[in-house]
Amino acid sequence: MSFARTLAIGAMTGLVAAFIAAASPAQAADVEVKIDNFTFNPQQITVKTGDTVTWTNHDDIPHTVTSKTMVFRSKAMDTDDKFSFTFVTPGKYDYFCSLHPHMTGLIVVEASAGK
Amino acid sequence: MTDHNDGPSRRTVLECMTWAGTGVLWTISGGVPHSLGLVDEAKASEAMAVDAKSTGALGLTFLQISDSHMGFDKPANPNAKGTLEEAITRIKAIPQKPAFMIHTGDITHLSKESEFDDAEKIISQAKLDVHYVPGEHDIIDPDIKIYKERYGRGTKGSGYYSFDANGVHFLGLVNVANLKGGGMGSLGDEQLEWIEDDLKGRSASTPIVVFAHIPLWSVYPAWGWGTEDSARALGYMKRFGSVTVLNGHIHQIMQKVEGNVTFHTALSTAFPQPAPGTAPSAGPMKVPAEQLRKMLGTASVTFKQGEQRLAIIDTPLQS
Repeated sequence: MSFARTLAIGAMTGLVAAFIAAASPAQAADVEVKIDNFTFNPQQITVKTGDTVTWTNHDDIPHTVTSKTMVFRSKAMDTDDKFSFTFVTPGKYDYFCSLHPHMTGLIVVEASAGK
Repeated sequence: MTDHNDGPSRRTVLECMTWAGTGVLWTISGGVPHSLGLVDEAKASEAMAVDAKSTGALGLTFLQISDSHMGFDKPANPNAKGTLEEAITRIKAIPQKPAFMIHTGDITHLSKESEFDDAEKIISQAKLDVHYVPGEHDIIDPDIKIYKERYGRGTKGSGYYSFDANGVHFLGLVNVANLKGGGMGSLGDEQLEWIEDDLKGRSASTPIVVFAHIPLWSVYPAWGWGTEDSARALGYMKRFGSVTVLNGHIHQIMQKVEGNVTFHTALSTAFPQPAPGTAPSAGPMKVPAEQLRKMLGTASVTFKQGEQRLAIIDTPLQS
């Protein structure tokens, strides 16, 4: 798990996470999304069912992670606060910051090989 | 001074950068704005006093305070409480007591009870009635419970209302609630209908003052600095001879005049933010310590009755 997490922090977060999920279907991956300069980074990411996405706010201003369809909704995250959500259903999940709605992101969830 | 572009022109940005260090006194006669130039606080008071003498009365003077962000302690200003106290101390020292104060939101940083308590403790020392509207930082808790309990009595929806003072009609609006992904500030249908209804039957000669947190004009959509349905609200105000729109949110002075409408944004008392497009994001801007108080402050607005004339003076904590 910690190996996966370390790798997932890398620049190729989405690809690495997808690779790990594909290589070891039994093990779900942890995927990181950074909130920096009023943007979600990476802005779009593809994960497998069972993966957990963790957002970390690196700004000096609070942000939220709010799904357009309210599937997930964080509290206001102050500097360095984190929010995690585990995706169990395949689909496209649009989300935004409810305080600064011009900040948007997308999580694409694909069925993992084991399902 | 007059800028008919929707977005901030380069000239506007440059002017605003100049304004950041001092107050600007300007007036409107017959809908045409005249800048009386850059003034420091002493000169501004002097000019107001001269005006008061020549007209025999000050009419209505009220203050605008904005973006206090109680609880903010990041490098851009580790002591937002201290700078709010400084602002209130200066307000207390104004020789001619203003009629009241408006607060254009972001009273707190994280909507915590303790932050609202701190704001109340400090702002109440001015001994003025305060009319509040919320910023997005004030309604973080589910159902907007804390803000509504404290400031929402007698208001509609998420906290909008209107009142009259000295023949001027004021609308306090909320454009930070129920925001949609990908959008900007929003008033929403219910509030828009209420605005139309509220203005119905009022004489076109009634001066209108609208105040809300996020600017009601498109200052910089890329940073979300605008209100997506503000055109509809302003449409209901077209027939009025004098409309003044006072906002906060962007922590810097900007103004624009479009026909009968004057738009103005106030300084924050907590931390400055960059001019549009001059930084990677709109986040708090760290400036050298000796610059900080020149970029924080409050505003005063004066109506001279019967003259269709208003003056807005921005006063930094330090000139």
